[in-house]
Order: sequence, then structure tokens, then C-alpha cells
Amino acid sequence: MSGFSTQELLAIFAMQGFAGVSFFSVLLLMALGLAIIYGQMRVINMAHGEFMVIGAYATYLCSITLGALPGMTDYYLFFAIPIAFGSAFLVGYVVEIALIRHLYHRPLDTLLATWGLALIMQQGFRSAFGAREVSVLVPDWLRGSYRPTMMIDIPLNGIAILVLTLLVTLGVWWFLYRSRWGLRVRCTTANRDMSGAVGINTKRVDRVTFALGCGIAGIAGAAFTTISSTGPTSGSLYIVDTFLVVVFGGAGSLVGTIASAFSIAQAQSLMEFFLGSSMAKVLTLLTVIGILLLRPEGLVASKVRR
Amino acid sequence: MNRLFSFFQDRHAGLGSILLLAIVLMVVMPLVFDIYRLNLAGRYLTYAFVALGLVLCWGYGGILSLGQGIFFGIGGYAMAMFLKIEASDPESTSIQTTPGIPDFMDWNRITELPWFWVPFNSLTFTIIAVLVLPAAFAFLIGFAMFKRRVSGVYFAIITQALAVVLTILIIGQQGYTGGINGITDLRTLMGWDIRDDSARYLLYYLNAVLLIGCLLIGRWVLNCKYGRILTALRDKEERVRFSGYDVANFKVFIFCLAAFISGIGGAMFTLQVGFMSPSFIGIVPSIEFVIFAAVGGRLSLVGGVYGALLVSFAKTMFAEAYPQLWQFLIGAVFILVVLVLPYGLASIYGRFGHRMRTPFERWLGDRKARSSASSGGFQEPLQEKRP
Amino acid sequence: MSSNTNFLLSIENLTVSFDGFKAIEGLNLYMDESELRVIIGPNGAGKTTLLDMICGKTRASEGSIKFRGKELTRMREHRIVWEGVGRKFQTPSIYEELSVFDNLEASYPRGRSVFGALAFKRDEEVLLRINEVAKEIQLETRLDESAGLLSHGQKQWLEIGMLLIQDPELLMLDEPVAGMSVSEREETAHLLRKIAKGRSVIVIEHDMEFVASLGGKVTVLHQGKILAEGDMQTLKQDQRVIDVYLGH
Repeated sequence: MSGFSTQELLAIFAMQGFAGVSFFSVLLLMALGLAIIYGQMRVINMAHGEFMVIGAYATYLCSITLGALPGMTDYYLFFAIPIAFGSAFLVGYVVEIALIRHLYHRPLDTLLATWGLALIMQQGFRSAFGAREVSVLVPDWLRGSYRPTMMIDIPLNGIAILVLTLLVTLGVWWFLYRSRWGLRVRCTTANRDMSGAVGINTKRVDRVTFALGCGIAGIAGAAFTTISSTGPTSGSLYIVDTFLVVVFGGAGSLVGTIASAFSIAQAQSLMEFFLGSSMAKVLTLLTVIGILLLRPEGLVASKVRR
Repeated sequence: MNRLFSFFQDRHAGLGSILLLAIVLMVVMPLVFDIYRLNLAGRYLTYAFVALGLVLCWGYGGILSLGQGIFFGIGGYAMAMFLKIEASDPESTSIQTTPGIPDFMDWNRITELPWFWVPFNSLTFTIIAVLVLPAAFAFLIGFAMFKRRVSGVYFAIITQALAVVLTILIIGQQGYTGGINGITDLRTLMGWDIRDDSARYLLYYLNAVLLIGCLLIGRWVLNCKYGRILTALRDKEERVRFSGYDVANFKVFIFCLAAFISGIGGAMFTLQVGFMSPSFIGIVPSIEFVIFAAVGGRLSLVGGVYGALLVSFAKTMFAEAYPQLWQFLIGAVFILVVLVLPYGLASIYGRFGHRMRTPFERWLGDRKARSSASSGGFQEPLQEKRP
Repeated sequence: MSSNTNFLLSIENLTVSFDGFKAIEGLNLYMDESELRVIIGPNGAGKTTLLDMICGKTRASEGSIKFRGKELTRMREHRIVWEGVGRKFQTPSIYEELSVFDNLEASYPRGRSVFGALAFKRDEEVLLRINEVAKEIQLETRLDESAGLLSHGQKQWLEIGMLLIQDPELLMLDEPVAGMSVSEREETAHLLRKIAKGRSVIVIEHDMEFVASLGGKVTVLHQGKILAEGDMQTLKQDQRVIDVYLGH
């Protein structure tokens, strides 16, 4: 780092930091869904990335239909996000009924079955939308950037995604810890048999939780479209990172998931500037694995008496 | 005929089923296939090494690794490095800026053979590397993880991440590794042309013999007390630990054995196909190896071999004719095997074979089993484990 | 320190906390050789946690556990077993996919290292010992059956057998008769009295009749501490014990 002055370094850190924010947002949204699903029913959803892609394609469809209407280009995203959520939620709901519910408590088997599902979904996207990547119309108000000083340039879409992510995270927190449904979810996570005994329909809780996790991935897809173009295999690029975020954060901990998504995204984004993207990725992954070996329970974990 | 069946289908891999496989590999397939198809079969059989390793460590040990491509790749790259150095003698590379080094290094303006390439001048070193490096690498990973009690899903995810890391490294360090294209244009082994028909036949047979050898090693490991401890470990790890066993060591061993076997497969792949590339290391191939073992039967040693052959041939045929359909099909196979046939084709064969036996033979078989006090007998688990 | 050497097991000032909650707090417990000790106490008293700590499953926050003068708190689990401590889990913990014979052989105290297990030979000595133990747990006719097919009570006995084959000096049993029929309970009590000869045994139990039928010293645990110690008759009169445990 000798070639840079302190001021330049600060600017680089600030800019790379904000560049990492978009990555952080998508990663966190993906990880939230995955963490909820894994925490609740120990299902490893390898097709989670494909649910993100569903959201992304839904957003794309909105952009070419709604967005093409006069005067709607600036606002279609507000419709696209709930639609992205809804479509991923719906597919998730169906997948739970058709596949996932047969595999509870066989985590390694869910991993294989959902990988098969991911292959099918990828081919489905390819058949429906073609192998070429598509991109959405980014509304004008997301295109500019905010420049607090001469050297720092923060793209607006990054800020918008961050706001969206924070809202969704808040929503998830409210849902899990403040709503009646969340109480049922937490009950089922803590003790499935007991929850069933006190009258919670655990199967329904599972179904909704799984679908909700997928729906959040759909929102991640909507956010994803504003930073990158979407292809049939876009989701699979995120799946390894997302898993590491969940595991690194300590499965089942909201704070841990946020902290780990943030640190992984920022570490990668900062190192990218100095080492190039592939070495940054290698170093980030190795560091995370290394820390996981020292602390297999993840960043945030409570000691449970068994 | 009935006698034959009971001979072939006893336990996870009776000698009979291995013998039958040996006949299929060494007599039937060379008779039926032309040299092109036989070479293709030989290539698929190198995947069978990895599948066999997975049957041992995933089926019996309960350790699912989604990074077996790492070990296949290490074995394959070690062999490829040797062959590449041989292919890059100063004469045939005289048009390069620096003759005598592999072409991709020259393209990347490297002027000297990197230090870690130098030992691969020696065939002896290369063979030792093929046999030792994958297991040594597996030892490092396994020791670090199993001593820390990382297992199950976490282990699967971390090994997958490691496969990603290795792929990115190889692709990123183009000058040293050949990058995304891999190491290509491998022609001779100590001056012997590995691409002509006689060489292909010989390599095919060498491959088959090595595979049968690995099967026998696997069978022996499963049949001794170690094998029973391994099965016990998958079922009740705590009980094994509190019966006085260092559980981590038992896991490290089977993981290393699986890596060792996979590495041999990788080296044989390079020899028969003539190149090695990162596309046999990453997430997709690693998970394909798992599907081979799952389709064949995760508790059947020979099952992994049949699984690798069947799925790969199906892939070649379908992917040529209907590339779109193949993805749907293989996806459906994943789901169906897990949902309907968790113990793979071997379990169908087992049930079918059992029905073919006469009552007398069943009685005979039962008596034999009793007298040998069920040495490592294995049935499908009675019920799904629900914690 | 000098007192330690006279006991087989001496636990001093043992404490463990889970996120601030102390499951065991400042516990002292001493056991003689060939002693049969029953531990009772209400749910959450720390009984199972205590066994977990002796066998190394849970690590102590403070204090010491000495077995024949050797400190166990830092020893690795399998080493503790090698020292001669055997532990039966609360729910029957056997290898359901293996035969009864294999279950017993898998616990045979030879071939405990990886290479030892690879080189292990099933010789006459092993067969004799397995048959001997199988007789003791009344499973000698079912050696070839898959262990998953045994009844609940037989599974419990099999697990006891798996410990017996290692001939431990200290055997710890966590609720060995839970879920057993009356006749099975009697037989288990008989079995326990028999195996208690020549070794020390710790039994956790809820069933008072069963505790009385075993005889031996009883320790009452309450909220991670020892509430009282003595024989069953004395404890039945103890007001504190009645209040927290026997009363209801």
C-alpha cells in the first residue's frame, strides 16, 4: 500500500466500502432467507440462488411491461419488489409441498435434492428467457451518485439497495420477534414436538417459513437487478458465499448473519482493490474457513445446555 | 443360476459382485465397444474412483464431501504436469520466446520453470505425488475439521468452498497452471505415445485393474473392525467416542482413503484423456461425483462404479441429442434418487436378487451368516434416523 | 490434596455455567472403590450434567475431577474411557444398523486406534468374552440379530453390555430403567447388583423403589449442589429432601 497517500487510502476505503455495500445487501438478503430456513428446519437449500433469480426475472418482466408504460419508468420498481417477493414465495410454497417436506431431518439429502431442483430451475430459466443475460431499465433517480468530497463517489443505487435491505431486515426481525407468527416459528425451532402438542400447526409453519425464506431471496433478486444483469446461472454464483455467511454468522442468529454478511462483503470489496477480484475471493473464503475452524459455532452462538 | 445370485449379492460388496464387475470391465466392455467408446468408458471409470471414495466416506462414514473434485484434480494435475514438461522439450517448443517450458507459461511471459514444477521432471516423483498429495491434502483438511468437530452440513459446505477456492486459484494463476483451459496437448509418457489405439487399450486395462484393486482395498477396510466402527460412527457418534475411540482419527482416515483413491482416478483421467482442467475440480463436477455414488447406491462399493458408468453414458447420449432435456433429467434424477431410492440402484438389485433365491438357499445363506457371526453384514438402516 | 489419593473418584469445587446459568455449582463428591452410588434429584438438578462432566462431554468452568488421582477435567473423552470410566446414556445408545454381536465387538477394548481397528483379529478370546457378556445381559441367543430389532429394555441391556465388555472401574448409568416394564426393572436391578461387585457404579434414577432395591449410598442433588447424602432410609426422613424432591 506504499504507493498511496493517507488521504487517497481513506478515499479508497470509503469508496470500496460503499462498493461493498451493494454486495453486502444482496448477500444479507440471500442469507436471511437461508438462515431462517436452515435454522427452522435444518434444510440446506441449494436452490436458494435460483429463487433469487426468480425475483430478478420477475423484476425484469415488470421493467419491460410496467416500466414501458408512459411515466412508469421511475416507479415500476415499487411494484416489482412485492411481485418479486410474491413469485419467489409462491414457488417456494409449492416446492415445500412437493419436495422439501419429505426430507425434514435429512439435511445432507436436502442438499442433494435441492441441487437437482436448482438444475431444473436453471434449465427452466434458460428455456423461458434464453441463455443471454438480461438487464432492467434502471430508473433515472437511481443512476446518479452522491459526492461528499472530490474523491469519493457513491452510487445512488447502492444507497437505495441498502435502504431496502435494512427495511427487509427490520421486517424479518419484527416478524420473528414481535409477531404471533414469529412466535410460532421460534417455538417450532426450539421444540417441534412440544409445539405440535400445544396446538401449533408445525407443518403450516414450516411451509410458510420456507416460502418466506424464498420470498426474501426474491427481494434479493430485485435488488440484484439494479447492480448486475441477470442470467439463468446468476444465482449459483452467490450460493457458496451465502452459505458461508449463514454458517459464519452462527445459524439462527439475526445479528450474527448481519455481522458476517457485512464482514465478508467488506473484506472482499476492500481486498479486491489491492489484489484483484480472484485473489480477494480466495483470501476471503480461506479466512472465513479458518475462523470457522477456530469457532465452529459461528460468530454469534449461545451455549446451550444439552 | 440362483446360486450365482446369492453369491453375488451378499453384503456391501461380496467378492462375487467385484468379480462380476471385473468381468464386465475387462471382458464384456472391450468386446462390445470399439476403441473410441472404450476410451470413453475408461474416462468414466476414472470418475468411478471418486464415486468409490464417496461410498466409503459418505455412505459408510456419513461424511459428505462436496469437494472431492479437489483430490481428483490434484492427482490429475500432478500427472498432467509431468506429461506437459515432457511435451515441452526445447525442440518442439523452439518457436517460443523461451523454449523448453510449457506453452502457456511462455504466453504469460514466464521465462523459467516455476520451482514447484521442477520436481515433476521425474516420473518417480510424479507417481509418488499422485499417490501421496491428495491424501496429504485430505489429511490437512480432515485433521483441522474433524478435530474441531466440524461435521455434517458444515463439512459439506466448507469442502465445497475449498473446491471453489482451488478452482479460482488455478484459473487466476494462468501462468503457472494453464488457467481455465487447463494443461492440454499431452501426447507421450516417457516417449510412449498415449494416444494410439494400443496405448489406449493398455491404459484402459491398467485403469480397470487399479479400480478393482481399490475396490478390494475398500472391501477389506469395511470388513474389518474399522468398518464396523465407521458404521457405528455414522449412527451414534457419541457412543463411539465414549466407548474409547478417537472419533476424529477414524474420520480423517476414511477421508484420506477416499482422497487417495480419487487421486489415482484423476491421474488415470489425464493419461487417458490427454488433458486436465479446472472444470473437473469445482462445484459442479464435485457434486456430480456425489450423484454417481447416490445413483449406484451409497452403500454399495460396486454401485458407485455402475453409477458413474450409467450416468456418464446417459449424459453423453442425451446431452448430444437433447442438451436441454439433459439438465431437466439429471435434476430429476437427483430428486428421485433422494426421495424414492436413497440407497440407489444397488438396493433394487439387492431386493430383486433376494427374491430370486430359493427358500433352501435363503436358509443356507442365513445359516452361513449365523456361523460367521455376521461379519460386517450390512442391511439398509431399519428406519430413517429422526433425532 | 492428600485426601484425594484415598478415593477412586474425588470431585472438588466443580462448577459449570452455561451463559451465566450455573448447572453445577461448587460441588464436592467422593466415591470409594467398589461403591454403588445413586444420584437422585428433581429435573434440572444437574444430574446428567454431572455425568457429562465426569466423562468429558461437558467441560468444567472451575474445580477438579480426579479419578485414581488423575485429573479428568482436561483429558480428552476417549482417554477418560481408557482410564476406566464407562458411561451409559439416558436413551439407549446402540448401533441399530449393526448386529448385537457387532455392537459388543465394536466396544471391545482392543483395536481402539485406527490402525489397531484395521489389524483387529476376531480370535477365540474375543468370541469368549462376547459370549460371556451376552450371557450376562441375557442376549446370548440374539447375537446375530440386528440391534434395532431389540425391545427397549433389551437395548438398554445391550448398552450396559457394551460397557461391561470394557470392564470399566467406574460405570455411570443414566436412568437405566426408564421406560422398562416391572419385570425388566427387577432383572435390571439384579444385573446392576451383580456388576457392581468389584467396580464402582454411579446410577441416576427417578424410580424410588428401584433406588431402594439397589441399596448403596444416595446423593440428592438440587440446583447444581448437593442437598443431602446418606442411605435411603435416613434421607426419607430429611425435611429438605422431602421439600424439594420426595414430597410431591
